[in-house]
Amino acid sequence: MVEQAEQLNRVFAALADPTRRDMVARLASGDATVTELAAPYDVSLQAVSKHLKVLEDAGLVRRSKDAQRRPVHLDAEVFDLMTKWIERYRREAEERFRRIDRLLEELDHKQQKPTRKGKAS
Amino acid sequence: MTLVTNEARIVADPDVPTITITREFESTPDKVFRCWTEQDLVERWLGPDGTVTRIDEWVCETGGRYRYATEVEGQEVAAFYGSFHEVRPSSRIVQTFTWGGAPDGVSLETATFEELPGGRTQVTLLSVVDSMEAQRAMMSSGMEVGINDGFAKLDAMLESL
Repeated sequence: MVEQAEQLNRVFAALADPTRRDMVARLASGDATVTELAAPYDVSLQAVSKHLKVLEDAGLVRRSKDAQRRPVHLDAEVFDLMTKWIERYRREAEERFRRIDRLLEELDHKQQKPTRKGKAS
Repeated sequence: MTLVTNEARIVADPDVPTITITREFESTPDKVFRCWTEQDLVERWLGPDGTVTRIDEWVCETGGRYRYATEVEGQEVAAFYGSFHEVRPSSRIVQTFTWGGAPDGVSLETATFEELPGGRTQVTLLSVVDSMEAQRAMMSSGMEVGINDGFAKLDAMLESL
Protein backbone atom coordinates (compact mmCIF):
# COMPACT_ATOMS: atom_id res chain seq x y z
CA MET A 1 0.00 0.00 0.00
CA VAL A 2 2.86 2.39 0.89
CA GLU A 3 4.68 1.40 -2.29
CA GLN A 4 1.55 2.09 -4.29
CA ALA A 5 1.15 5.48 -2.68
CA GLU A 6 4.78 6.36 -3.46
CA GLN A 7 4.40 5.31 -7.05
CA LEU A 8 1.26 7.42 -7.33
CA ASN A 9 3.15 10.39 -5.95
CA ARG A 10 5.77 9.95 -8.67
CA VAL A 11 3.08 9.60 -11.32
CA PHE A 12 1.32 12.78 -10.25
CA ALA A 13 4.60 14.68 -10.01
CA ALA A 14 5.59 13.45 -13.48
CA LEU A 15 2.25 14.52 -14.93
CA ALA A 16 2.36 17.93 -13.24
CA ASP A 17 4.47 19.20 -16.16
CA PRO A 18 2.60 20.24 -19.35
CA THR A 19 5.36 19.05 -21.72
CA ARG A 20 5.40 15.63 -20.10
CA ARG A 21 1.62 15.43 -20.24
CA ASP A 22 1.78 16.24 -23.93
CA MET A 23 4.41 13.53 -24.47
CA VAL A 24 2.19 11.00 -22.68
CA ALA A 25 -0.81 12.03 -24.77
CA ARG A 26 1.21 11.52 -27.96
CA LEU A 27 2.56 8.16 -26.82
CA ALA A 28 -1.00 7.04 -26.20
CA SER A 29 -1.46 6.84 -29.98
CA GLY A 30 1.70 4.78 -30.51
CA ASP A 31 5.38 4.24 -29.67
CA ALA A 32 7.88 6.93 -30.74
CA THR A 33 11.61 7.50 -30.68
CA VAL A 34 13.19 10.29 -28.65
CA THR A 35 13.86 12.25 -31.86
CA GLU A 36 10.24 11.88 -32.94
CA LEU A 37 9.03 12.94 -29.51
CA ALA A 38 11.32 15.98 -29.48
CA ALA A 39 10.26 17.22 -32.94
CA PRO A 40 7.33 19.51 -31.96
CA TYR A 41 9.15 21.18 -29.04
CA ASP A 42 11.55 24.06 -29.14
CA VAL A 43 13.94 22.36 -26.69
CA SER A 44 17.09 20.26 -26.90
CA LEU A 45 17.09 16.47 -27.24
CA GLN A 46 18.78 16.47 -23.87
CA ALA A 47 15.83 18.27 -22.25
CA VAL A 48 13.43 15.79 -23.83
CA SER A 49 15.55 12.92 -22.51
CA LYS A 50 15.32 14.42 -19.03
CA HIS A 51 11.53 14.55 -19.26
CA LEU A 52 11.53 10.93 -20.45
CA LYS A 53 13.67 9.93 -17.48
CA VAL A 54 11.07 11.39 -15.10
CA LEU A 55 8.27 9.54 -16.90
CA GLU A 56 10.35 6.34 -16.83
CA ASP A 57 11.04 6.64 -13.10
CA ALA A 58 7.32 7.06 -12.49
CA GLY A 59 6.72 3.87 -14.43
CA LEU A 60 4.67 5.68 -17.05
CA VAL A 61 6.87 4.77 -20.02
CA ARG A 62 9.33 2.04 -20.94
CA ARG A 63 12.14 1.99 -23.50
CA SER A 64 13.31 -1.20 -25.14
CA LYS A 65 16.97 -1.78 -24.35
CA ASP A 66 18.16 -3.71 -27.38
CA ALA A 67 16.57 -2.15 -30.45
CA GLN A 68 18.63 0.54 -32.13
CA ARG A 69 15.72 2.98 -32.34
CA ARG A 70 14.84 2.40 -28.68
CA PRO A 71 11.23 3.46 -29.12
CA VAL A 72 9.40 4.79 -26.08
CA HIS A 73 6.32 2.83 -25.03
CA LEU A 74 3.50 4.03 -22.77
CA ASP A 75 2.93 1.66 -19.86
CA ALA A 76 -0.81 1.41 -19.26
CA GLU A 77 -0.59 -0.44 -15.94
CA VAL A 78 0.34 2.69 -14.01
CA PHE A 79 -2.68 4.49 -15.40
CA ASP A 80 -4.74 1.56 -14.23
CA LEU A 81 -3.46 2.02 -10.68
CA MET A 82 -4.14 5.75 -10.78
CA THR A 83 -7.60 5.17 -12.20
CA LYS A 84 -8.54 2.68 -9.48
CA TRP A 85 -7.37 5.13 -6.87
CA ILE A 86 -9.44 8.02 -8.21
CA GLU A 87 -12.40 5.71 -8.71
CA ARG A 88 -12.32 4.63 -5.06
CA TYR A 89 -12.52 8.23 -3.93
CA ARG A 90 -15.33 8.94 -6.36
CA ARG A 91 -17.23 5.86 -5.18
CA GLU A 92 -17.05 7.02 -1.58
CA ALA A 93 -18.53 10.36 -2.57
CA GLU A 94 -21.15 8.60 -4.68
CA GLU A 95 -22.21 6.45 -1.69
CA ARG A 96 -22.94 9.62 0.28
CA PHE A 97 -24.85 11.16 -2.61
CA ARG A 98 -27.07 8.04 -2.93
CA ARG A 99 -28.05 8.56 0.70
CA ILE A 100 -28.96 12.17 -0.13
CA ASP A 101 -31.07 10.87 -3.06
CA ARG A 102 -33.09 8.79 -0.58
CA LEU A 103 -33.37 11.72 1.86
CA LEU A 104 -34.68 13.94 -0.91
CA GLU A 105 -37.34 11.36 -1.80
CA GLU A 106 -38.45 11.42 1.83
CA LEU A 107 -38.54 15.22 1.89
CA ASP A 108 -40.71 15.21 -1.23
CA HIS A 109 -43.19 12.80 0.41
CA LYS A 110 -43.32 14.79 3.63
CA GLN A 111 -44.01 17.96 1.71
CA GLN A 112 -46.88 16.40 -0.24
CA LYS A 113 -48.73 14.99 2.81
CA PRO A 114 -49.26 18.22 4.79
CA THR A 115 -50.39 19.99 1.61
CA ARG A 116 -53.14 17.41 1.04
CA LYS A 117 -54.21 17.57 4.68
CA GLY A 118 -54.28 21.35 4.51
CA LYS A 119 -56.58 21.25 1.51
CA ALA A 120 -58.92 18.70 3.13
CA SER A 121 -59.44 20.55 6.39
CA MET B 1 -35.37 8.87 -24.24
CA THR B 2 -32.52 8.67 -21.82
CA LEU B 3 -32.56 7.00 -18.45
CA VAL B 4 -31.62 9.37 -15.65
CA THR B 5 -28.55 8.13 -13.83
CA ASN B 6 -26.79 10.67 -11.68
CA GLU B 7 -23.20 9.64 -11.07
CA ALA B 8 -20.62 11.74 -9.28
CA ARG B 9 -17.87 13.11 -11.49
CA ILE B 10 -14.48 14.00 -10.08
CA VAL B 11 -11.51 15.99 -11.34
CA ALA B 12 -8.21 16.25 -9.48
CA ASP B 13 -6.39 19.18 -11.07
CA PRO B 14 -2.79 18.20 -11.89
CA ASP B 15 -1.48 21.78 -11.53
CA VAL B 16 -3.24 23.24 -8.49
CA PRO B 17 -4.19 21.43 -5.26
CA THR B 18 -7.92 21.20 -5.85
CA ILE B 19 -10.45 18.43 -6.15
CA THR B 20 -13.80 19.10 -7.84
CA ILE B 21 -16.79 16.79 -7.54
CA THR B 22 -20.04 17.39 -9.42
CA ARG B 23 -23.33 15.54 -8.93
CA GLU B 24 -26.91 16.10 -10.05
CA PHE B 25 -29.95 15.52 -7.84
CA GLU B 26 -33.60 14.90 -8.68
CA SER B 27 -34.83 17.69 -6.45
CA THR B 28 -34.92 21.46 -6.20
CA PRO B 29 -31.96 23.50 -4.85
CA ASP B 30 -33.82 24.47 -1.65
CA LYS B 31 -34.29 20.81 -0.68
CA VAL B 32 -30.78 19.74 -1.64
CA PHE B 33 -29.48 22.70 0.35
CA ARG B 34 -31.46 21.49 3.39
CA CYS B 35 -29.65 18.13 3.19
CA TRP B 36 -26.37 20.06 3.52
CA THR B 37 -27.41 22.43 6.28
CA GLU B 38 -29.98 20.84 8.66
CA GLN B 39 -28.24 18.83 11.36
CA ASP B 40 -30.71 15.92 11.50
CA LEU B 41 -30.46 15.50 7.72
CA VAL B 42 -26.67 15.90 7.55
CA GLU B 43 -26.25 13.16 10.18
CA ARG B 44 -27.99 10.74 7.89
CA TRP B 45 -25.64 10.89 4.94
CA LEU B 46 -22.26 12.27 5.99
CA GLY B 47 -19.44 9.78 6.51
CA PRO B 48 -18.63 6.51 4.74
CA ASP B 49 -21.05 3.56 4.55
CA GLY B 50 -21.09 1.49 7.73
CA THR B 51 -20.26 4.44 10.00
CA VAL B 52 -22.32 6.70 12.25
CA THR B 53 -21.87 10.47 12.17
CA ARG B 54 -22.20 12.11 15.58
CA ILE B 55 -22.57 15.88 15.28
CA ASP B 56 -21.36 17.63 18.45
CA GLU B 57 -21.77 21.20 17.28
CA TRP B 58 -23.65 22.61 14.29
CA VAL B 59 -24.12 26.34 13.79
CA CYS B 60 -24.76 26.41 10.07
CA GLU B 61 -24.85 30.14 9.32
CA THR B 62 -22.39 32.73 8.02
CA GLY B 63 -19.70 32.99 10.71
CA GLY B 64 -20.86 29.73 12.31
CA ARG B 65 -18.96 26.53 13.11
CA TYR B 66 -19.26 22.76 13.26
CA ARG B 67 -17.69 19.75 14.91
CA TYR B 68 -18.51 16.09 14.30
CA ALA B 69 -17.08 12.60 14.77
CA THR B 70 -17.28 9.38 12.80
CA GLU B 71 -18.11 6.28 14.83
CA VAL B 72 -17.77 2.62 13.97
CA GLU B 73 -19.62 0.27 16.36
CA GLY B 74 -19.82 3.00 18.98
CA GLN B 75 -16.09 3.80 18.79
CA GLU B 76 -14.91 7.19 17.56
CA VAL B 77 -12.53 6.67 14.64
CA ALA B 78 -12.13 10.25 13.38
CA ALA B 79 -13.18 13.78 14.30
CA PHE B 80 -13.55 16.87 12.12
CA TYR B 81 -14.20 20.56 12.66
CA GLY B 82 -14.31 23.87 10.85
CA SER B 83 -16.01 27.23 10.36
CA PHE B 84 -18.83 28.28 8.09
CA HIS B 85 -17.46 31.26 6.19
CA GLU B 86 -20.64 31.86 4.24
CA VAL B 87 -24.02 30.12 4.14
CA ARG B 88 -26.11 31.61 1.33
CA PRO B 89 -29.57 30.01 1.28
CA SER B 90 -30.18 27.51 -1.53
CA SER B 91 -27.11 28.55 -3.47
CA ARG B 92 -23.73 28.43 -1.75
CA ILE B 93 -21.82 27.21 1.33
CA VAL B 94 -18.17 28.11 2.00
CA GLN B 95 -16.51 26.39 4.94
CA THR B 96 -13.13 25.34 6.30
CA PHE B 97 -12.49 21.67 7.05
CA THR B 98 -9.91 20.07 9.34
CA TRP B 99 -9.38 16.44 10.33
CA GLY B 100 -8.57 16.38 14.05
CA GLY B 101 -5.71 13.92 13.38
CA ALA B 102 -3.82 16.56 11.38
CA PRO B 103 -4.77 19.89 12.98
CA ASP B 104 -2.25 21.87 10.90
CA GLY B 105 -4.04 20.85 7.73
CA VAL B 106 -7.05 22.84 6.60
CA SER B 107 -8.98 22.83 3.37
CA LEU B 108 -11.43 25.35 2.00
CA GLU B 109 -14.65 23.76 0.75
CA THR B 110 -17.12 25.53 -1.50
CA ALA B 111 -20.46 23.90 -2.31
CA THR B 112 -22.50 25.48 -5.10
CA PHE B 113 -26.14 24.59 -5.76
CA GLU B 114 -27.42 25.37 -9.25
CA GLU B 115 -30.95 24.89 -10.48
CA LEU B 116 -31.34 22.70 -13.56
CA PRO B 117 -34.42 22.47 -15.79
CA GLY B 118 -37.14 20.16 -14.49
CA GLY B 119 -36.72 21.02 -10.82
CA ARG B 120 -33.33 19.36 -10.63
CA THR B 121 -30.09 20.56 -9.02
CA GLN B 122 -26.41 20.38 -9.84
CA VAL B 123 -24.07 20.44 -6.86
CA THR B 124 -20.41 21.36 -7.36
CA LEU B 125 -18.00 20.69 -4.49
CA LEU B 126 -14.63 22.40 -4.77
CA SER B 127 -11.93 21.52 -2.23
CA VAL B 128 -8.79 23.63 -2.07
CA VAL B 129 -6.07 21.98 0.02
CA ASP B 130 -2.68 23.41 0.99
CA SER B 131 -0.39 21.29 -1.20
CA MET B 132 -0.33 18.79 -4.03
CA GLU B 133 0.75 16.23 -1.41
CA ALA B 134 -2.38 16.97 0.58
CA GLN B 135 -4.48 16.57 -2.55
CA ARG B 136 -3.05 13.07 -3.07
CA ALA B 137 -3.38 12.21 0.61
CA MET B 138 -7.01 13.32 0.59
CA MET B 139 -7.84 11.14 -2.35
CA SER B 140 -5.89 8.14 -1.07
CA SER B 141 -7.80 8.31 2.23
CA GLY B 142 -10.40 6.13 0.53
CA MET B 143 -7.81 3.49 -0.32
CA GLU B 144 -8.84 0.83 2.15
CA VAL B 145 -12.22 0.62 0.46
CA GLY B 146 -11.57 -2.20 -1.97
CA ILE B 147 -12.91 -1.49 -5.42
CA ASN B 148 -11.55 -2.87 -8.62
CA ASP B 149 -12.89 -1.04 -11.58
CA GLY B 150 -10.10 -0.94 -14.09
CA PHE B 151 -9.71 1.49 -16.90
CA ALA B 152 -13.11 3.00 -17.48
CA LYS B 153 -12.78 6.15 -15.39
CA LEU B 154 -9.39 7.23 -16.64
CA ASP B 155 -11.33 9.81 -18.62
CA ALA B 156 -12.03 11.77 -15.43
CA MET B 157 -8.31 12.22 -14.83
CA LEU B 158 -7.38 12.69 -18.45
CA GLU B 159 -9.97 15.40 -18.91
CA SER B 160 -7.93 17.54 -16.56
CA LEU B 161 -4.56 16.79 -18.14
